[in-house]
Amino acid sequence: MQFTRIAILALITLLAAMAADLGRDLAYSVHATIVMLIAGGLCLWELRRVDEPRTLPQPGTYMDGPIRAGVIATAFWGIAGFLVGTFIAFQLAFPALNFDWSEGYANFGRLRPLHTSAVIFAFGGNALIATSFYVVQRTSAARLWGGNAAWFVFWGYQLFIVLAATGYLLGATQSKEYAEPEWYVDIWLTVVWLTYLAVFMGTILKRRERHIYVANWFFLAFIVTVAMLHVVNNLSIPVSILGSKSVQVFAGVQDAMTQWWYGHNAVGFFLTAGFLGMMYYFVPKQAGRPVYSYKLSIIHFWALIFLYIWAGPHHLHYTALPDWAATLGMVFSIVLWMPSWGGMINGLMTLEGAWDKIRTDPIIRMFVASLAFYGMSTFEGPMMSIRAVNSLSHYTDWTIGHVHSGALGWNGMITFGCLYFLTPRLWGRPQMHSMAAINLHFWLATLGIVLYAASMWVTGIMEGLMWREVDANGFLVNSFADTVAAKFPMYVVRGTGGLLYLAGGLVMVWNMWMTIRAPEARPVAATVPAR
Amino acid sequence: MTKHPKPDDKPQVETTGHSWDGIEELNNPLPRWWLWTLYGTIVFAVIYVILYPAWPMVNGATKGVLGWSTRADVQMHIEQVDASQTEMRASLTQTDLGALDRNPELMEFAMNAGAAVFRTNCSQCHGSGAGGAVGYPNLLDDDWLWGGMVEDIAYTVRHGIRNEDDPDARYSQMPAFGEMLDRDQIATLVAHVRSLPDGADPLSGPGGQLFADNCTSCHGDDARGDRTQGAPNLTDAIWLYGDSPEQVTRIITRGPFGVMPPWNTRLSEAEIRAVAAYVHGLGGGEPNAAP
Repeated sequence: MQFTRIAILALITLLAAMAADLGRDLAYSVHATIVMLIAGGLCLWELRRVDEPRTLPQPGTYMDGPIRAGVIATAFWGIAGFLVGTFIAFQLAFPALNFDWSEGYANFGRLRPLHTSAVIFAFGGNALIATSFYVVQRTSAARLWGGNAAWFVFWGYQLFIVLAATGYLLGATQSKEYAEPEWYVDIWLTVVWLTYLAVFMGTILKRRERHIYVANWFFLAFIVTVAMLHVVNNLSIPVSILGSKSVQVFAGVQDAMTQWWYGHNAVGFFLTAGFLGMMYYFVPKQAGRPVYSYKLSIIHFWALIFLYIWAGPHHLHYTALPDWAATLGMVFSIVLWMPSWGGMINGLMTLEGAWDKIRTDPIIRMFVASLAFYGMSTFEGPMMSIRAVNSLSHYTDWTIGHVHSGALGWNGMITFGCLYFLTPRLWGRPQMHSMAAINLHFWLATLGIVLYAASMWVTGIMEGLMWREVDANGFLVNSFADTVAAKFPMYVVRGTGGLLYLAGGLVMVWNMWMTIRAPEARPVAATVPAR
Repeated sequence: MTKHPKPDDKPQVETTGHSWDGIEELNNPLPRWWLWTLYGTIVFAVIYVILYPAWPMVNGATKGVLGWSTRADVQMHIEQVDASQTEMRASLTQTDLGALDRNPELMEFAMNAGAAVFRTNCSQCHGSGAGGAVGYPNLLDDDWLWGGMVEDIAYTVRHGIRNEDDPDARYSQMPAFGEMLDRDQIATLVAHVRSLPDGADPLSGPGGQLFADNCTSCHGDDARGDRTQGAPNLTDAIWLYGDSPEQVTRIITRGPFGVMPPWNTRLSEAEIRAVAAYVHGLGGGEPNAAP
């Protein structure tokens, strides 16, 4: 078994070396080199420990190694994503930041997908994988299924992130929003993701609780649907097996529809369903209160899962998309409003009887703020899907503001709360190093979001109104460049909001570092009834 | 402040009896307002799909009882604007452009229309303030390459410059002197040309000899250019490609070739006339020659 593994790794190293040499474009060759170095390194590592005895995991403990790694990766990629986001925000305000010497690598067009993928897939994805592994073990009273498969999921996912990010900088992109990585990176992610599904499902199947906890429904819906979305939207034919370029299977409006079916459900299942899974474990756990309503959790889960998948066409109002498809996308989005709010109600009402903790517990305060932003953006979304509203908001900064109040407010805040919850528990510390620093982080992040969302509302609506402004004779009043010039002050405010949010993230990383460095208070692997 | 329930208060509602890692679930009913709002959105959705195109069928989708469509909607708006402008457009097409200022109402219409055409089609190169950019002429000054009377401007807009799409495009080509002169000669010429705006005699000195041999056929003995060939006046301080020695050397060595597309394939005659009047009115327009 061990020798097969060494042989396979050696073969991969050799093939990757050939691919690096024969590659037809820079991104492909660089990627093949990365794969070669990793496979070669692993091969050597395996060879060196051929004679070492293997230690089997202690039975009766949870597998927390990949979760600890995931917590660190989440913080690391979070900072990277916020940093790039803040930089490109200032690039929009001050185009001179698109330096001549970095033209073709670090101009806005290359960095923008780097930012979106870093925050959604690297920061959000690592948070989801880590918390889902943590939650599914605790709520199933079972150790992760599949042995080291969980480690494969963690490292395989990091490789996906590195390949995607370097690909963007080197110009390898499918030009599909949130699905930019090229075909071989997509295939790799599919392998990693199906392994993730197997580990998660396997753990649920060997659970020792009679029922499956609601958080796990959401996690499972997220993993299954993302697998489906990813595969369908990335159906493409490589131009050459030795190059990064590929051609989409769908064309024209079908391609656009597939893309936004994917894009909207990346929001729906990655950033909503998956994060609701986090919410359903960490909020009641931190508050020490029962979940508010079991009935509500069932109804809003199924309604959310059923409705979300149809809402994609609202991204394509007033385009070549047929009107009927746009109508259906819109009405499904409207009906989605209450099912989305079900999660907010269940989260906030769980605090009933523990409201005073908002004052005393900064982690609870983060969860509450996160749920509030969730409620706000899941109201704003259906509203913006209405045709008449969309005719004003589409293509403006309002959309950017909407996305960020969801991403910074809901996804960011709840992830910070989870990291503050997990760090002391995973490293066996009594609590976070500094509660005051959590408090500071909360206020930096909140202020950052407020500046971001408010400035984007102002510039978005202003720009929408300027675009449609006509004089008494029916002639356009503003040129596009006029609207760009008018947005400048708000762009500076937006960048400042990003700086505050980034500063909050740095405070968190410092706090986590100090916590992990502190002397151990209790054994890491508490004896728990897992099998 | 109201009294906070103590954390150890027993919940009023029963739990479902499950417990996962210490998490229990209460058996609260669905909030009434939540349920009624959900029903409300469903009713809205049902009404909306009856009114608007919605359900795909075998041969096309349902049209909706309002008969509304995005295409018909935009068509209606365009027709409304068109109908309100028909008369003015017709009279703009028929009026002699040089005599436009004798009809204030038509002039105002042309200026507004021209400004809109300019913002949509011209600002990408000439700037939204018409100030131009390197290689794209400033339209605010009175320095015209091909003529600054309103009819000249209209011709330029209509047919463009040095494009391959319109046989009537304005055309000229400055040779790449790098193939004819050596580096020292070009350096001498660059210094000479750069001294012209300061009042240097175009034909005197070593540079003047080179100028007379190579440049005067287009730029003239007085270096004041020739509008029939689009040859710029070299005695003013306006430099289309910049006045640095590097830029002037580049232009003389390689020759410039600025292209403007013809707009008669995209703009109506009324729009071309309107934008010509607008550009003419920006400040540098020249009056028509006396009849």
